[in-house]
Amino acid sequence: MAGALAGWLTVGLLVAAVVIAVHHSRRWRAGAAAEVDLVAGLKALPKRYLVDVHDVVGRKPFNARFHALTAGGFLASLVLLVLAVVPWFRGPLLWGLAALALALMLAGALMVGWRRHVVKPTELSGGRFARLPVSLIAYAAGLLVVALDRVAGGALPHGVTLVLAGVGLFGGADLLVGVGRGPLKHALHGALYLVAHPRPGRFSGRDRGGERKRDSALAPLNLDDAKLGVEVPLDFAWNRLLGFEACVQCGRCESVCPAYAAGLPLNPKALIQDLVGAMEGGAADYAGHGHPGRSVAGARGPHLPVVGEGAAIHPNTLWACTTCRACVDACPMMIEHVDVIVDLRRFETLEKASAPGKAPGVLEELRIADNPGGFPAVRRIDWAFDLALPLAREREKFDVLLWLGDAAFDLRGQRSLRAFIRLLKKAGVDFAVLGEDELDCGDLARRLGDEATFQDLARRNIARLEGLSFRRIVTMDPHALHVIRNEYPAFGGAFEVVHHTALLLELVEGGRLTLGSLSGTLTYHDPCYLGRYNGVTEAPRRLLDMLGMERREMEFSGLASRCCGGGGGTSVTDVAGDRRIPDVRMEQARETGAACIAVACPNCTVMLEGVVGPRPEVKEIAELVLEATE
Amino acid sequence: MIRVAALLSIGRHPASGRARRAGLDARGLELALRMPNAEVRAFHAGDPHAASLRDYLGMGLETLNVLNVAPGCDPVPALVEALRGVGPDLIICGMRAEAGEGSGMVPYLIAEALGHAVVCDAAAIECASGTARVVQGLPRGRRREVVVTLPAVVLVNSAAPAARAPAFARARRGRIVPHPVEAREDAFLAACEMRPWRARPKRMAVPSGGSAQERMKALTEAKAGEGRLLVNPVPEEAARAVRDYLVEKRFLRGAGDGDGRG
Ligand code: SF4
Ligand code: SF4
Repeated sequence: MAGALAGWLTVGLLVAAVVIAVHHSRRWRAGAAAEVDLVAGLKALPKRYLVDVHDVVGRKPFNARFHALTAGGFLASLVLLVLAVVPWFRGPLLWGLAALALALMLAGALMVGWRRHVVKPTELSGGRFARLPVSLIAYAAGLLVVALDRVAGGALPHGVTLVLAGVGLFGGADLLVGVGRGPLKHALHGALYLVAHPRPGRFSGRDRGGERKRDSALAPLNLDDAKLGVEVPLDFAWNRLLGFEACVQCGRCESVCPAYAAGLPLNPKALIQDLVGAMEGGAADYAGHGHPGRSVAGARGPHLPVVGEGAAIHPNTLWACTTCRACVDACPMMIEHVDVIVDLRRFETLEKASAPGKAPGVLEELRIADNPGGFPAVRRIDWAFDLALPLAREREKFDVLLWLGDAAFDLRGQRSLRAFIRLLKKAGVDFAVLGEDELDCGDLARRLGDEATFQDLARRNIARLEGLSFRRIVTMDPHALHVIRNEYPAFGGAFEVVHHTALLLELVEGGRLTLGSLSGTLTYHDPCYLGRYNGVTEAPRRLLDMLGMERREMEFSGLASRCCGGGGGTSVTDVAGDRRIPDVRMEQARETGAACIAVACPNCTVMLEGVVGPRPEVKEIAELVLEATE
Repeated sequence: MIRVAALLSIGRHPASGRARRAGLDARGLELALRMPNAEVRAFHAGDPHAASLRDYLGMGLETLNVLNVAPGCDPVPALVEALRGVGPDLIICGMRAEAGEGSGMVPYLIAEALGHAVVCDAAAIECASGTARVVQGLPRGRRREVVVTLPAVVLVNSAAPAARAPAFARARRGRIVPHPVEAREDAFLAACEMRPWRARPKRMAVPSGGSAQERMKALTEAKAGEGRLLVNPVPEEAARAVRDYLVEKRFLRGAGDGDGRG
């Protein structure tokens, strides 16, 4: 009796959940059109879930375990309970299996309860999430006893099993009805989002180096569109809105965000929830940490501007992001925060020209003088007069084009470039530079949302590069590397680009550079645009290990490295926080006790060297390698 | 409602040499756009197809009237003609163009032709009925307020607030309205030879005698000791010293300096 009833009620709850989900779907389906291959997405769903999602979830093994137990047990029990509707199935086997599933789920639910109410990680949300373990345990425990009673052929009095079935289904109702606004929302929307993901490329497996392929290039914006960028929530493509719905408020993004850690007014988790709230309109239904130093959001709704002083997202929140992708990498729901931030910035910059701080001036210089400082083109090369650098335009054919980048305008950057150029000469590399013909790669403009200036710079750089005959490009600047390697192809430029650390490694391994041994300790700071954007974390470490110094790792390193605070135009928008981002990073370097922090990006060099002492000495890898050859 | 005409020229980036919105004219437009209750019309004399005109539209102008004056022709008669037709209360432009002849004479010639007063070095403008209160930004941070009867021509200098950034989408949406005009060739300009400007090296007064190091030091050392050192002064004495300094530097009007220029 209680068994059949539980079956029918489960069916009823599932129907209710479907109705709620369909009703709710009107919200995200109202988003802008997107090109999505649903068939391919459906086919890829199991792999995307089992490999890609679990890759992220599994970084916290305890969580992976309770998730597998709870979700697996719950789904299996739902199927079995639905089967219990059919009298023919109702037998000890079915109830035995159901008991097994529910027992596994109960174990998982107890682990969830332990984490939420005993361990209490601060990044978790409260509200409806706080009662999640209660519902899970009620459902699993109540129905477990019912199932066991069925197996035993009805040992308990009818009244007791009815009450227990009621408790279980009450818990189940709280869970299933939550597909609209509760914790279970992530399961349905997460699955749909995996099918319709806006970046299917990120799931395409491993590339040659054994490193995970990184799909990190921003998508080009069509500058002829009637509206540029995203103004109101409904300007987002529907599958982006679906992604926001998938957020499970786990706070993993919050705990890795460098801006949040430094007390800048940005919390990626709250940002996604701001957007969920904006789609919904009305008051916030969010019980987690907000953006540091900012009170609750202002007016919001699906047709109201997202960014503004009194809108869903304050401009300072938008401009505090360093585009480091730490949140993207940490998100188990595969949400693409950086795309979202850049879409919003595009509207702010292209339609309103409202980027703060020094950004407007820098963008204007980039547009008219092709470099952010508004310097004469010759300044990119005049510091190297004594090095007599071979100029690409005077060479018919050469092996390596050295992309100087923005560092060439900066005294500190010039020091690193000099070290690298001396190494190139020592190793007899056949190289040349564009010199005056090199334009800014466009990275800064693009991250600040100025797609027009970026595309102009990209097209003109590509035209200049295509007129030359060389094999590959080498650069010390991971931002230039990323842009030329991953973002120029969309504009017709296909070039092989290597980071200078990779080239140096090649030269040392090929015997063209011989290294002596250095002493002392060092720690390596992974640049975001080399690590997370391009998956390169091992080559620089192998190179460093050849120097004979003791290498120590910081708290956040490799793909989980923490940003220096120099990316995404934050050094020109200059949003203030409690601390500076590089100070937080330097703290982690200090904790290793290493005497030297090795860096592989001119932005990192500038940011980290700006931290007041005492601190480890900041050295570009090329500078260390040069030391070891002398 | 006050009618404002902004005169906008095409500038030249000092490093890249590329055309851009002219810095001072853009500041003038910024002042015009910030004025409450103003109807702003913008004029340019030159090529309606010049791409950098879009920068002005990007600041928020809906239309920009371009008097199609051929290169090498004098823009003044065409501008005077157009302004006479509109009859603005206030004509705003930068002190001097960045490109071309750059004589700074255009606004004066226009004012002369229209019979308007000219106020130069404007850093801020506030309009009341029939008059404008203009704050002039003078060297070394000094400010002077003048009141001028409208209509007037106001020339903006770099003490005025920075121009807002142009937005790409607004620049694209704004309209350029070309007006065909008759223009004479500028005989004076035709007779001039044009050369890129370049900074002339300054001659340094090289001290003689002493060692090389001493001469270097004498040249590069920051000169100190211009001020007076007061140790534990009584407040009155200190205040007097500060006041004397301000008078000396003409931040304050001292006794006997009452000509209104201080
Ligand atoms: S955005 Fe992703 S990482 Fe951040 S709280 Fe949501 S699900 Fe977790
Ligand atoms: S990209 Fe980096 S700075 Fe921006 S929200 Fe994500 S973690 Fe924070």
